[in-house]
Amino acid sequence: MMSARSARIRELFGLIPVTLCVTAGFAGVLITRSAQIQDATLTYGAFFLALCVGAHLFIRARLPYADPYIFPLAALLAAFGLVEIYRIDPELARQQAQWFVVALIFFCATIYFLRDHHILERYRYTIAAASLALLLMPRLPGIGGQTNGAFLAISVGPIQFQPAEIAKLGIIVFLASYLREVGDVLVRPRLRPPPLWRQILTYGLPLLAVVLLILAVHPGIAVSVLLLVFTASLVAVVLERPSLKHFGPLLLIWGLAMLMLIFIRDLGSSLMFFGGFLALLYLATSRLSLVGVGASMFFAGAIFFADRIPHVHERVDTWLHPFAPRIADSTGYQISQGLFAQGDGGLFGQGFGQALLKLPGGGTILPAAHTDLIYAVVVNETGLFGGAALMIVYLLLTARGFAIASMANDGFSKLLAAGLSTVLALQVFVIVGGVTAVIPLTGVTLPFVSYGGSSIVANMVLLALLLVISEHARSEQGRRGGLV
Amino acid sequence: MNRQVSSLFVVLALLFMVLVGSTSWWTVVRANDLKNKPTNRRALIQEQRVPRGVIYARDDKTVLARSVPHGRGQTRVFSRTYPTGSLFSHSIGYSFILNGRRGLEESRNDDLAGKENEFASILSGLESRRQEGFDLVTNLDPAGQKTAIQSLGGQKGAVVALEPATGKVRVMASVPGYDANQIPRGFNRLNRDPNKPLFNRATQELYPPGSTFKVVTATAALDSGKATPSSIFDGHSPRTISGAPLANAGGENFGPITLTDALTNSVNTVFAQVGERVGRSTLLKYMNRYGFNEKPKLDYPAEQLIRSGIRDGKGELVDGATGFDIGRVAIGQGGLEGAITATPLQMAEVAATVANGGKLMKPRFTDRIVRKDGRVKQRIEPDMQAQVMKAQTAKELGAMMTKVVEEGTATAAALQGIQVAGKTGTAEVANGAANQAWFIAFAPVEKPKIAIAVTVERTQGQGGTVAAPIAKQVLQTLLKHE
Repeated sequence: MMSARSARIRELFGLIPVTLCVTAGFAGVLITRSAQIQDATLTYGAFFLALCVGAHLFIRARLPYADPYIFPLAALLAAFGLVEIYRIDPELARQQAQWFVVALIFFCATIYFLRDHHILERYRYTIAAASLALLLMPRLPGIGGQTNGAFLAISVGPIQFQPAEIAKLGIIVFLASYLREVGDVLVRPRLRPPPLWRQILTYGLPLLAVVLLILAVHPGIAVSVLLLVFTASLVAVVLERPSLKHFGPLLLIWGLAMLMLIFIRDLGSSLMFFGGFLALLYLATSRLSLVGVGASMFFAGAIFFADRIPHVHERVDTWLHPFAPRIADSTGYQISQGLFAQGDGGLFGQGFGQALLKLPGGGTILPAAHTDLIYAVVVNETGLFGGAALMIVYLLLTARGFAIASMANDGFSKLLAAGLSTVLALQVFVIVGGVTAVIPLTGVTLPFVSYGGSSIVANMVLLALLLVISEHARSEQGRRGGLV
Repeated sequence: MNRQVSSLFVVLALLFMVLVGSTSWWTVVRANDLKNKPTNRRALIQEQRVPRGVIYARDDKTVLARSVPHGRGQTRVFSRTYPTGSLFSHSIGYSFILNGRRGLEESRNDDLAGKENEFASILSGLESRRQEGFDLVTNLDPAGQKTAIQSLGGQKGAVVALEPATGKVRVMASVPGYDANQIPRGFNRLNRDPNKPLFNRATQELYPPGSTFKVVTATAALDSGKATPSSIFDGHSPRTISGAPLANAGGENFGPITLTDALTNSVNTVFAQVGERVGRSTLLKYMNRYGFNEKPKLDYPAEQLIRSGIRDGKGELVDGATGFDIGRVAIGQGGLEGAITATPLQMAEVAATVANGGKLMKPRFTDRIVRKDGRVKQRIEPDMQAQVMKAQTAKELGAMMTKVVEEGTATAAALQGIQVAGKTGTAEVANGAANQAWFIAFAPVEKPKIAIAVTVERTQGQGGTVAAPIAKQVLQTLLKHE
């Protein structure tokens, strides 16, 4: 019991810097705004501390062994997000604070009702079907709708939410469960490698054919590389003599990712889902060749559709030439202004509450500053150091998730913990990569930081799942006397 | 499976490194590039949101430029207003979003906009104070400036008055001027005006300095030991210089004459001989010490400063000791290979150097930069630019120039009870149809407080009759308050 208490004490103390951060942040913004410290800053800090201590006490009661760092790290991100949103619009911050409370309720409910995450395995097909339905909901007339050309949100009455945020949890649960079962039979155990001349022949002939094809057709560098990777990986997969009947579902998942691209028209979330799938596929089979086939098929599909779906094509064009005169004023306005804002941030940033968001006439200079572009606001105000610090916090959170995965005792727990952490990390990559023009900008949220109810609720549930897995792993290890 | 978990984590960690890398790319590597993109209006918008510092005259009370707010809250912006109208238009310049910046508004922009160095801006970021510009206290003298513009009386020309010991610019007038408040609406009209009101004649216009340049020639001769104030020269006119006859003003003939008397009467034939005796390289050496051939070290935008020197027909500076008509350059004119040209600021620096015992001080508009709470952020201390000549040479030259005002060509500049030293100049322009009238001077001779250069464009009068009386008015005003 000693170790359980020490873990909870570490968690409690981890919350202190978080509270200091949120108080200091609000104070900074308020001072900038009204040139005097108000009691409000302390109230906000105290309110936030009370919420977090409440959640902490709940974890203490229900999951005494769970990982002590995950909750403070997420609270830090949420606090940072609240400060930034408050700085953009106090009314939005009030709403987001309410959503944070709702998210904490969902967080506690998940922990309360889900004693054992293995129950989820039983309902995996239901969960998968529900998730797919959620994903396609924005296309439904009446509740669905288009934002910037992508179908990501639905509105029911006054409440708007992004079903993809919830669906990502379900899909990871399904994939973890499914791959745990078929992972071992998907590929047969490795045989003794065939002699070198046969290897050269089996790899060489198809590759030679592809090279000849490339020379004949001149399809461009990206397509050529994809073809080569695809061929080499496919040969490697074939050499493993895979069981074809288990490949059906995998092709189905690829098809679904492509369908998402067509129906939802969002490259970012497709990338996030398919990346999560490939990561789990690799963990379950430990075959890079499968990942190679999957990745090259995904990118081939993406390139194919990028040319044919106008919205996706436009996104890619904007990404490649954000400053081109015709683009910078229209489709590239958001990304180019986001990059300008980051450029102004420099090393140390302009200080909390200093970012330029409004035009003198009253218009906005950074569209969707509180959601898509919140990272640009963060970098503008806190500079490269602030942005890098934020990335480190996400990396630490991911690292804790992976620590849980390696500590877990069964395949499902491992796959689930790693899958949830991967999808969280990939979501950060998709939006921050989009804002910094590494990949085309898409409309997913920055977990815990961006404004958005469904985002924070889904991500708090994700944390709850990680903590439940962690509780099982650590308590078992504790029983065996091996907890570090 | 744990090995795969670890490798997957490494892949994700690499992705995060990519994100930090891409953030560094935009915030550090490409930051300047982004700032210069034409679609990036952040700097302009940001600039409008910061109240620029106030610019004061040397009395620390007269406001020459200040910012006034428009609108409220997050959309509040500031614009510039210039209470003294056209009085200081060229030295202060202007700062408007659509028209850019000129003058001190440009050269001291970082201070006026309140920019701190990186470290200080972190501190102020922690303090989270609203950014505010710093105030400037200049050396500019409203009374002297008013007198200068009034005495020019609408004639095109310029007046520059410096403090010899410190380099402080007390007066810089250029006529015609403009009202900086009219810039946003009237820029195009002002820019098209053939009289070039936007142009600062004191720093941007090159004029033939005429006989005022004889002070430079005399400096070279005395300081290099090629002549003394009492050296005797032949003052006959005309005299063949570089193969062509050169005459004195009005063809006046002088016999054997001392260098002092030759300066008093501005004898061309004598100074042409002095130039030949000094030689091209020595004259160039002393010109360079005076600051010719480089831009004045004034706290003023580089694009509003021009280099004085010997320029050829294409306007290029003639450097090295190669071919120019030394005899004619020595008297402030020139030949086909190149003619001497100078700005009024440069000639004021020549007078100030002689007044300051041969030490040229860097000229400067700004006295100090002050924070809003009154603390002095930076005081601009006097800074020597060059020791042009020995103190003894300066003293001899000062005595020679005193005689010019006492009994020579510049008696119109004499002040009641105060000794003035000076030199007139009258250069023919427009093929002899008009004159460029000059006067450079300093006073009081015993303890010089002000050095001045006055020039009037295209006048029918002479340096002594047109420029010297203007200098007298300005000197009187400036010295009255000392």
